[in-house]
Amino acid sequence: MVNDVIVNTEDLNLWFGKKHVLKDLNLKIKEKSITAIMGPSGCGKSTFLRCLNRMNDLILTTRIEGSVFIDDDDIYKPKTDITALRKKVGMVFQRPNPFPKSIYDNIAYGLKINQVKKNKIPEIVEQSLKDTALWEEVKDRLHDSAMSLSGGQQQRLCTARAIAVEPEIVLMDEPASALDPAGTLKIEELMEKLKEKYTIILVTHNMQQAARVSDHTAFFYVGELIEYGETEQVFMNPKHKLTESYISGKFG
Amino acid sequence: MRKFKQKFGFLLLRLSILLAVIFLFSLIIVIILKGAKVISIPFLTQFPQDGMTKGGIFPAIMGTFLLAVGAIVFALPLGVFAAIYLREYGKSYRLIRIIRIGVNNLAGVPSVVFGLFGLAVFVKFFQFGVSLIAGSLTLGILILPIIIRSTEEAIATVPESFREASYGLGATKWHTVRHVVLPVAMPGILTGAILGIGRAAGETAPILFTAATFYTRRLPSTVFDEVMALPYHIYALMTEGTKPQYQVPIAYGTALVLLLLVLGINLIAIIIRYRARKAKTW
Amino acid sequence: MKEKFIRPILLISALVSIFFLCGITITLFTESLPLLKQYNFIKFLFGTHWYPTCYPPELGILPLIVGTLVVTLGTFLIAVPLGVGTAIYISEVAPHKIKEFLKPTVELLASVPSVIYGLFGMVFLAPLVQKVFHVPIGLNAFTASIILGMMALPTVASIAEDAISSVPRSLREASFALGATKWETITKSVVPAASSGIIASIILGLGRAIGETMTVLMVAGGAAQIPHSIFDPVRTMTATIAAEMGEAPMGSLHYHALFAIALVLFFITLGFNLLADWISHRRKV
Repeated sequence: MVNDVIVNTEDLNLWFGKKHVLKDLNLKIKEKSITAIMGPSGCGKSTFLRCLNRMNDLILTTRIEGSVFIDDDDIYKPKTDITALRKKVGMVFQRPNPFPKSIYDNIAYGLKINQVKKNKIPEIVEQSLKDTALWEEVKDRLHDSAMSLSGGQQQRLCTARAIAVEPEIVLMDEPASALDPAGTLKIEELMEKLKEKYTIILVTHNMQQAARVSDHTAFFYVGELIEYGETEQVFMNPKHKLTESYISGKFG
Repeated sequence: MRKFKQKFGFLLLRLSILLAVIFLFSLIIVIILKGAKVISIPFLTQFPQDGMTKGGIFPAIMGTFLLAVGAIVFALPLGVFAAIYLREYGKSYRLIRIIRIGVNNLAGVPSVVFGLFGLAVFVKFFQFGVSLIAGSLTLGILILPIIIRSTEEAIATVPESFREASYGLGATKWHTVRHVVLPVAMPGILTGAILGIGRAAGETAPILFTAATFYTRRLPSTVFDEVMALPYHIYALMTEGTKPQYQVPIAYGTALVLLLLVLGINLIAIIIRYRARKAKTW
Repeated sequence: MKEKFIRPILLISALVSIFFLCGITITLFTESLPLLKQYNFIKFLFGTHWYPTCYPPELGILPLIVGTLVVTLGTFLIAVPLGVGTAIYISEVAPHKIKEFLKPTVELLASVPSVIYGLFGMVFLAPLVQKVFHVPIGLNAFTASIILGMMALPTVASIAEDAISSVPRSLREASFALGATKWETITKSVVPAASSGIIASIILGLGRAIGETMTVLMVAGGAAQIPHSIFDPVRTMTATIAAEMGEAPMGSLHYHALFAIALVLFFITLGFNLLADWISHRRKV
């Protein structure tokens, strides 16, 4: 299955103040697949993810060198429309963060920002909830507060919220780390389903999850890209000693 | 010996709270007892009559109401915007710190100095004269730090994750502030506004030279009219009145009305804060 | 699109406080200047006679400064022990139910308007003082100190209580684990740890007392003289401004002198506030 490259980083470097967090990253991510980014804690995986939708901009001490091309467009060039970028590149966070609004309004929020016509909103809300396997569970209480859902349900709601605005890429930052095994399973099933329509880039510190779920895997270590390839190859036949040590549990 | 020290120490503490309670409750009780004798429906709804020896305090009640409303109309938008800047938009730490020092110091200015400022600027320079608007603006500046502080606090307690979720969906900063941050911060902002109203209603010195008068025959018809006000009325009755045997009871009655008003307003604020804390789902 | 206009509007709103602070300073200076031109500043600050309506007017504010100091000292002696004691009681000793009741009550009491305190002092407390202490007049520095002490007490108690209860649990537990009694823990661990907050509360309470106008106007008596005893009537700077501004003709020397008093007062309270600010920032754990 030959997919096109949708995300291409060239010599990406990032500093938080004086700390050099990402070093010379060159990574080509293929569309409509699941790419997992794994590695020990604190090696820059989430930071890298947040480069792709420029969420690092929210941190004042960030400095970036290099380029990140999404659909052949450098998202760090000066006149970039960041809000449009974030519509194209959605994000699901580590801890579920639904708004303290109703389930319906959570999803409608993103739609209203993108000026979706009022009469179209209900059907999009329904479709997103169906796509994230949440519809059956909440269809009778759409106007209940989102905070009344369980952790796993909230995370699926956040995913529904992200895909409602029809992104091309969905960034998932350790989406199951705050969930129990049942919730984790549901999220992993969700990812399998979503990759038909979206490119999924997943950060996880759980390498079994990476092995289970992804098509391609990248291994990060202390801000550097050590190895990247098809998941089966990376796990069965790692090219790098460090990768092998990580996989066999010698550290991390 | 150590046990004795502790017993003695605790005795001192209990004594201090007892004294404090006695002091403060005696004030409340005296005002209530003496004021209640005078309060009646006519007292609350009539104009003063017979050279302030009979009648009611209705215009003072209206005046206080108008002054407080005027003050909050001025201070609330200004204060909320300022707090939003400090918490959401400010980029330079230095500037933010300077502004905060400014707010803190404005909060510590004696009320009579505000009165003089209002006199020199609003009454004289802008030529509003002694008027409702001069008084409201002066009171507005007085309560501005209260609004800024409580709004800042309210905004600060909004969890960062909500903002992240909003930005992640492609919302602009202002959209996030308007649709995510402010709704969540609203109870805190409301509490601050109500406390500001209570403060404005009880102040005398700022309106001494800018708005207040001892007696008006009619209610103010424009913002440039003088007004009567409850706190000023008490003061004037006690210091300018010529017939204390009638006027002291009226002063007590006015004091009770003012006390109930201010305590009521602050109680509402405390209740809002309490219920909001209970209703928090995160 | 809207975003472009929002930021400057917000920034201007934020700068307004500084703007007003500067405005107040400038106004006070401008209106005081004519006094400073026509009257010796040293004579103003240290002169012992305040007779603004005489001809030629004597504008020495030393009696007013002394009046302010005496009343503030009196407030300190009442509000600090009682206020801090109350704060410690509420935070460390009070049973839970009483605490839940006392905290909002203290907060509410801090909001009672000053003119009501003045009324109470004038009509209830002053005659009492006169009788009990056999003094010629009940409207004096002593009575004013008591009333102001009562006024400042809730402020001191409330802020000090916040400081004391934010001392981390672990500190108390460490002290108990070493075998200290509750009293020893309070006096040797908790209160010292909260000291910067407590000091800030005292300074803020005193700042409010110095700036207080209506109460002293009604209770301290009217005499702009340096007092010989605590039972003498005094005049504070604030009361003088409030009492005489209504009568001083616009633009007269008296008028400008009152502004000059306000200027002195403004700087004193500014100093207090900066001090309180500095102290609470210095020892921030």
